[in-house]
Amino acid sequence: MERMHGDGSVVFEARGLTRVYQMGEVAIHALRGVDLDLYAGELVVMLGASGSGKSTLLNILGGLDAPTEGTVHYRGELLGAGGERGLTRFRRDHVGFVFQFYNMIPSLTALENVAVVTDIARDPMSPIEALRLVGLEDRRDHFPSQLSGGEQQRVAIARAVAKRPAVLMCDEPTGALDSKTGIRVLEVIEQVNREIGTTTVVITHNAVIAEMADRVVRLRDGRIDAIEENPERAEPASLSW
Amino acid sequence: MRALSHKLLRDLSVLRGQVAAIAVVIAAGVMTLIIAVTSLDAIRYSQQAFYRDYHFAEVFTELKRAPEHLASRIAAIDGVDRVHTRVIAPVRLDVTGYDDPISGQLISIPDGNQPPINRLHLREGRLPASGRADAVAVSEPFAEAHGLRAGDRLQAIINGQLETLTVSGIVLSPEYVYQLGPADLIPDYERFGVLWMNRRALGRAFDMDGAFNSVTLTLQPGVEPAPVIAGLDRLLDDYGSLGAYARDEQVSHRILSQEIDQLAVMAVILPGIFLGVSAFLLSVLMGRIVRTQRQQVAVLKAFGYSNAELVRHYALLTALIVLVGLGLGVAAGAWAADWVAALYMQYFRFPDTRFEVRPQVIALGAAVSGAAAMLGTWRAVREAAVLAPAEAMRPPAPGVFRQGWLDRSGLRRWLDQPTRIIFRNLGRHRLKASLSVLGIALSVALLLVGSYQFNAIDELIDTQYRKVLKMDAIVHLNEVTSQRAAAELHHYPGVRQVEPFRTVPVRLVHGLHDYRTAIEGMARRPALRGLIDGAGGQQELPAEGLVLTDYLAEHLDARPGDLIEVEFKAGHRRTVDVPLAGVVAEPLGVGAYMARPALNRLMREGPAVSGFWLAFDRQHEQALYRELRDVPRVAGIGLIRRAETDIRGYIEDTALGMMSVMLLLAASIAFAVVYNSARIAFAERERELATLRVLGFGRGEVAWILIGELVVLTLMAIPLGWLLGTALAWILTEAIAMDMFRIPFVISRQAYAFSAAGVLAAALLSAVLIAPRLLRLDMVTALKSVE
Repeated sequence: MERMHGDGSVVFEARGLTRVYQMGEVAIHALRGVDLDLYAGELVVMLGASGSGKSTLLNILGGLDAPTEGTVHYRGELLGAGGERGLTRFRRDHVGFVFQFYNMIPSLTALENVAVVTDIARDPMSPIEALRLVGLEDRRDHFPSQLSGGEQQRVAIARAVAKRPAVLMCDEPTGALDSKTGIRVLEVIEQVNREIGTTTVVITHNAVIAEMADRVVRLRDGRIDAIEENPERAEPASLSW
Repeated sequence: MRALSHKLLRDLSVLRGQVAAIAVVIAAGVMTLIIAVTSLDAIRYSQQAFYRDYHFAEVFTELKRAPEHLASRIAAIDGVDRVHTRVIAPVRLDVTGYDDPISGQLISIPDGNQPPINRLHLREGRLPASGRADAVAVSEPFAEAHGLRAGDRLQAIINGQLETLTVSGIVLSPEYVYQLGPADLIPDYERFGVLWMNRRALGRAFDMDGAFNSVTLTLQPGVEPAPVIAGLDRLLDDYGSLGAYARDEQVSHRILSQEIDQLAVMAVILPGIFLGVSAFLLSVLMGRIVRTQRQQVAVLKAFGYSNAELVRHYALLTALIVLVGLGLGVAAGAWAADWVAALYMQYFRFPDTRFEVRPQVIALGAAVSGAAAMLGTWRAVREAAVLAPAEAMRPPAPGVFRQGWLDRSGLRRWLDQPTRIIFRNLGRHRLKASLSVLGIALSVALLLVGSYQFNAIDELIDTQYRKVLKMDAIVHLNEVTSQRAAAELHHYPGVRQVEPFRTVPVRLVHGLHDYRTAIEGMARRPALRGLIDGAGGQQELPAEGLVLTDYLAEHLDARPGDLIEVEFKAGHRRTVDVPLAGVVAEPLGVGAYMARPALNRLMREGPAVSGFWLAFDRQHEQALYRELRDVPRVAGIGLIRRAETDIRGYIEDTALGMMSVMLLLAASIAFAVVYNSARIAFAERERELATLRVLGFGRGEVAWILIGELVVLTLMAIPLGWLLGTALAWILTEAIAMDMFRIPFVISRQAYAFSAAGVLAAALLSAVLIAPRLLRLDMVTALKSVE
């Protein structure tokens, strides 16, 4: 009997995912047959070394990339069935992304960077509300170049959650940050997961971060190595590296 | 889409240097179009309105003398609408305080009234009052040249009698929009004037009471002139008709039409070249700008923006840039077109000029530059958008690289590392490098097209006045005289050399083509008049047979050996077939030449002459003119040195005026292109350059990688640009050859050097502008950010 995760309903159901990239003259097998279910409201940390395929998996789940083989169902519907247009809708309505390098639009202020997303979302919170959530409402009119890395990443989180997404995909959110700032960012992610109940996937190569997860998915060489459940989620503030 | 709109405006402001440069490229293309089309329109509309409102004649003829009662028989010719008979007479004028000889044309008007055809536009004063024998209306350019106003007086020698005339008014005539003296190539407002006088007074002075020597007609709607001309010739042949002709052979109209035709060709070719080049550059530049935003495109896609929304966003960015360029181009173009049209209006006199920029022209400019910019934008956005966002967010995959020739050759030992990086980078991005080279080459080509005419025109004028017209003055006589008169001229002050010539008006016919001109008879190897071949060498006239300027031979579609039908319009008025013996390459005018004895023989006359060419010492000039003025047989004196100055002025004012504007635009485009290439290259390679700085390269070395690349690209572009420019210049030269002058296809070394120097200067300026960015290069930030 499997343990219940989050509210228990399956959000993502990935089966037999493979992904092959052609990089110049070399074929890279980023994923070699991955099966994975993600449940509503849980916080999953995917752990793996560089090149283990974790980013590729995240990108496929988030609709940024398509598998070479295999399927992903999102709430029972086959992802990619609607083609490019369907994936765009899926990302627009259901997924929030946080990237390692923040990927701010440099010509827009913090508030406007959030508004880029709320402008097209179906039922967004107001951009200022989203900034308040990450504690940066007083930096609303600052441009990315005027914000620290941690602040930029918090704006990125505000931007990702402002649309009230069903899932939040975070690709090495602390990878470019020092540990103190990284923890502040993780706190925000944890808070969003807890308060809004957004299914959250955090990928990292930093094993310490795994302690804050409901479940830890370990990847190696494009395969799932192990899935572990933490009996208790650790507070991000208690982590250190 | 509010946040995206902000991004749009901020991007515009961040990119303002490049936006300005691109806007200049667009503006330059649009400007050429507006200038060419609008000044053409202005002249064309003004011409049409003047001709229509002032009843410009459609058929003309001059004759010796016919009785007035023939007028009713002329009116009875099928298709004739109105008839106006008149008296025209040559006159020599004398304006107080002006020493050069002035010749003029007296034209009769009905006593105190407007003529029914070729009505006069009064600028000032009024027409001569009925019954006044001493009042004349004076053509505006002549009046302006001498500061004459209504009420002023001038002296005239009318049929040998010195008379004092009063200016009653200043006028313009549709017959003299381009006011050219009978022997001139271009207007000389100081030395040639047209005067209108009451018919009774003029008739009496020239013994033309109850008679006329000129007829003008208008035709009923839809009637072709040819049958009317034939009817008119039959009727007037016995009265010494020189042959009727339609508007297309009327001097003022002919030159005006040619100028309009030339402008019409320029209105297609120049904007074609400029707009084409600017469109190409625009497409490349916009493409590269959008490509530098590749990762932003990916992020927006990740957030759920659709491809259509992204294309719309960048299309809007492009549209705003195009709009800025278009606005600039239309405003500057309208201003410059006004200026160019005004240049032409010095030579073409209209009562009023209509000046308007047609919306269609703006729309065309907008469409071409808009489409080109959109194409570049669309291709780049599509490139970024078709990639899965995950892939687009990574920097592009490294290309497939091999060792290049540089690495294999021994050359690498001689180059320092940064220079090797330059060559390697160019070798490995061949397409991008080729497009840059092509873009810069096109600016070189534009600079060449914009500048070659300046030297070409010097060459033209030098040829005409050093090699062809070597005399100082041409003396035209009232009537055909024996060549013995030459001896008399030798005694005038300062005269060094006298050569006689014979001119006979003719119509030349070959196949379906014909041309009205005059055959000039001269010595077989005249000292004062050169006959040159294509290479500029002197030719000798054959003892028999006709020699034509190559342009005229081409017009008649005749080759040496062909028989040309020559209709003489003087003397016995025979028509004879004369073989074409050769061609001469003269850049100015359209001439026909024969050895004078042969011409005299064809005319069945003795050694008769129509005038003399003179060479004289400059310090006796004024004395010589004074003496010549008192010789009644002298109808007019043409001053060759003055003509040279005038024609230089004319060409400089009109054709070169336009070309100066083009050159300015070419220079702007050259700068915009080179500067933009440098800016984009910097944006694309900022990270790489920062990395090299981290690895220990010095500022100068890193700056050299980018600036050196710019220099290499520019150097590679120059020969290609010369090639393209030469081709474009050839097209332009062929397209704008006309009766009056044909700019030779000569591209001087200076023009080549100038175009190369221009683009190198643009490269230098761009390097200076971009250098601070290279020196400020922030290693840490550039390496941290993915963008």
